[in-house]
Amino acid sequence: MKLNELTISELRRLLDNREIKPQEVLDDIYSRIDAVEDKVKSYITITKDAAYEMAKDAEHAILENKTSFLTGIPVAVKDNMCTKDILTTCASKILYNFKPPYESTVTTRLKEQGYILTGKTNLDEFAMGSSTENSGFHTTRNPWDMKRVPGGSSGGSAAAVAADECIAAIGSDTGGSIRQPASLCGVVGLKPTYGRVSRFGLIAFASSLDQVGPITKNVTDAAIMLNAIAGHDPKDSTSAPIDVPDFAEVLGQEIKGLKIGIPKEYFIEGMDKDVEDSVRSAIKKLESLGVIPVEVSLPHAGYAVATYYILATSEASSNLARYDGVKYGFRSSSQSGKEDLLEMYMNTRSQGFGTEVKRRIMLGTYALSAGYYDAYYKKGQQVRTLIKQDFDNAFKNVDVIVTPTSPSAAFKIGEKATDPLQMYLSDIFTISVNLAGVPAISIPCGFTKDNLPVGLQIIGKHFDEESIFKLAYAYEQSTEWHLRRPSL
Amino acid sequence: MKSGVGKYEAVIGLEVHAQMLTDTKIFCGCSTKFGSEPNTQTCPVCIGMPGVLPVLNKKAVEFAIKTGLAMNCKISPYSRFSRKNYFYPDLPKGYQISQYDLPICEGGYIEVVVDGKVKRIGITRIHMEEDAGKNIHEGGGNYSFVDLNRAGIPLMEIVSEPDIRSPKEAAEYMKKLRTILRYLGVCDGNMEQGSLRCDANVSIRPVGQKEYGTRTEVKNINSFKFVEKALEYEIKRQIKVVEEGGRVIQETRLWDSNKGITESMRGKEEAHDYRYFPEPDLVPITAGQEWIDEIRIKLPELPDAKRERFVSEYGIPEYDADLLTSEKAVAEWFEEAVRLGGGPKAVSNWMMGELMRLLNEENKGIEECPLKPIQLVDMLKLIDNGTISGKIAKTVFEEMYKSGKDAGQIVEEKGLVQISDAVEIEKTIDEILAKSQKEVERYKAGDEKLVGFFVGQVMKATKGKANPQMVNELLKKKLG
Ligand SMILES: [Zn+2]
Repeated sequence: MKLNELTISELRRLLDNREIKPQEVLDDIYSRIDAVEDKVKSYITITKDAAYEMAKDAEHAILENKTSFLTGIPVAVKDNMCTKDILTTCASKILYNFKPPYESTVTTRLKEQGYILTGKTNLDEFAMGSSTENSGFHTTRNPWDMKRVPGGSSGGSAAAVAADECIAAIGSDTGGSIRQPASLCGVVGLKPTYGRVSRFGLIAFASSLDQVGPITKNVTDAAIMLNAIAGHDPKDSTSAPIDVPDFAEVLGQEIKGLKIGIPKEYFIEGMDKDVEDSVRSAIKKLESLGVIPVEVSLPHAGYAVATYYILATSEASSNLARYDGVKYGFRSSSQSGKEDLLEMYMNTRSQGFGTEVKRRIMLGTYALSAGYYDAYYKKGQQVRTLIKQDFDNAFKNVDVIVTPTSPSAAFKIGEKATDPLQMYLSDIFTISVNLAGVPAISIPCGFTKDNLPVGLQIIGKHFDEESIFKLAYAYEQSTEWHLRRPSL
Repeated sequence: MKSGVGKYEAVIGLEVHAQMLTDTKIFCGCSTKFGSEPNTQTCPVCIGMPGVLPVLNKKAVEFAIKTGLAMNCKISPYSRFSRKNYFYPDLPKGYQISQYDLPICEGGYIEVVVDGKVKRIGITRIHMEEDAGKNIHEGGGNYSFVDLNRAGIPLMEIVSEPDIRSPKEAAEYMKKLRTILRYLGVCDGNMEQGSLRCDANVSIRPVGQKEYGTRTEVKNINSFKFVEKALEYEIKRQIKVVEEGGRVIQETRLWDSNKGITESMRGKEEAHDYRYFPEPDLVPITAGQEWIDEIRIKLPELPDAKRERFVSEYGIPEYDADLLTSEKAVAEWFEEAVRLGGGPKAVSNWMMGELMRLLNEENKGIEECPLKPIQLVDMLKLIDNGTISGKIAKTVFEEMYKSGKDAGQIVEEKGLVQISDAVEIEKTIDEILAKSQKEVERYKAGDEKLVGFFVGQVMKATKGKANPQMVNELLKKKLG
């Protein structure tokens, strides 16, 4: 077996026993990238030279017995996380040349844990999308079927993990951007509780919804990654000043008697039959492990997508105002030499942003504008509160809630690209979680007839990632879905 | 029908922006020092790079609460920041973080004295926000420069009720505001450097009418001198418009201090829809009663209270007390001198007269005064015990100020000790009278004004050192 096909915990043992060197892991990673990247296109930037430099440090640490969980582990990072002096584009032409002079808190913590950055992965421009088709550079392919999308927006990260182009990856999730691609690529993706992980250095899409999290090959690795990146950060006022438990410690704990909520609103008309079957049999499986299924209701679920697209775009319209051609990034080249400021702004922003980003900026600008604020933004906030209350009420009776991650398996490239509403609906099961701020994971739970992975979403209470991990691990231990690999 | 100015009254409300004297900016650790090289006091946060986040400077909140308490405001236990969205190169994020719907302070007042009457002017609200940078238009090409040193410096916006009725009241309000801010140490109050800025909402209405007229907003009043001038101009302009049968249009007008007029910005800034919404990168500000009380206890004695105390405790006139308490440092200088034994009225006279004259000549504040209160007190003792005359004291005082030497030393070195020896003075008088036969005759013939001439001659002969009282007495005796 090639080293790039192993998990973090497997590599940890081999590295610490000095059976292998970090450089050897990298050798396998980069030969894999050389072999498949042309087809998969997970990455925007590959940082091979820097990776081998980091491998030297990891080697020293190992020789000195000063290793952490991630010492020498190759990790890919979504290209909306700022990495010092390394190109960080957000998959947007408007940041095509942007090298941040600072490091995000998440990658700083990964560095402290000794990780090795393999490269920066593709995404939908500014994380706006569910397929990576909105990337300003290229579309990433689903390793299970090259004609299909990997999901998005963290499609590059999910595809890189599924294709063994890295050991684990970092993604960000605003409305499902970690969980949906994890589901479509047959890997594990966790969106932590809002405030669990620092957003400093994450290029904002929608500040009140964005959260950084891991995409991994199994649940154990997700717990290890969350251990590394979680915790209060004085640079992010919205990061919660609360203690972080050891998430790896709960793996393997008894789940008998755990109550799992099944929201009746989530098994919708028009849902892919294979997806529904997989999820239902996953619930059966959980039942056989001793958990108690309880029907719950999330009555405002139907308003989640509309609410999300008002609030997220409102925040985005403001967050993206800084890309104006004045300070960094793309500035439209002057045609006449006589453009005034307004023309410079307009040319820069119309040429620098892609269609979907412009669509969302306009949506958000509209929702916030005088005369419409009350009908849209304010109403959206009120519905958000109701959605939050739905979860609070449901969690009075259950420990976790289980749903499909996505209503369908990976769709074909181009299939939904021209129909934004269809595209938005692919996040229908994930969006409420961001609005409520609760944590959720997507784990592999089956395959469709076309051999496409299906994901199971487990949603937890605020700051109760532990229950999610406990259940996800127990399920994973009793199934083999996560062991399947695409043949590339 | 009555026409002209007397028929109308002005309604004025002021929006004052005060830069806070915190060491660091409101959302990052950059220094707030004034006058550094462009873009040297910046970081990824205050220049709006991607992915960075604001972290609120607690000191700025404390300063705002302090100001609110001093201006009798209610401090909100829960307030928050919003985003004010607009595009401009000096605004690096494309939005300004500012308090909007839930400001930190509301509903206060300050009192000013206009024409001997106390007038209370309401404070609608005080809120915090970040300053913008500066666009610099230099070089003449089709480009501008942006300096972001100022971007992110904490500001307080202090909004008054439309309680002000005349340019003079507005000027007094501004002065009082500045005094309070400086007492609190939260703003240096320098309008010329832009650390205190004033925008005015102005309208007129026929005397007796309850409804407000259409208002204009006058911006760019960048000096204390211009507060009254700009408002006088704008009020007259509005009256003229109405008198000529026109209507005042709601607009923003810029004060041009060179031309002495306000000019319409012609809708440039009018169409703005700032799309305010709560800032999602910051958590709401909670100000607990305990914290507020802690700040309240540490408030300094404020100008009004100090003025009253100066009158009752030191027995000095209102006028003196008013001037001496206009600056905290002046008041402290005064009290130190009195504490060291100076008579309050004498100290006050010397401070308001010679000391202020000398400081003004050099454009210095009392903080930079080379003279220590003890030096004035020592000099006053020399006057009291007759060592020097009041007249000589002026020379001594100026010399003290310029050389830093003590009064005693100056008097000794320059031989300025008062001549109070009757024999010596008589000798001089005899000499003068001998030389001035004609004048003596005229005096004796009834021209008594000439006594001044003789005194002058004696003082001249003694280089001003003769005790003036003795000279007078002895002269009268000699001249019979
Ligand atoms: Zn800064």
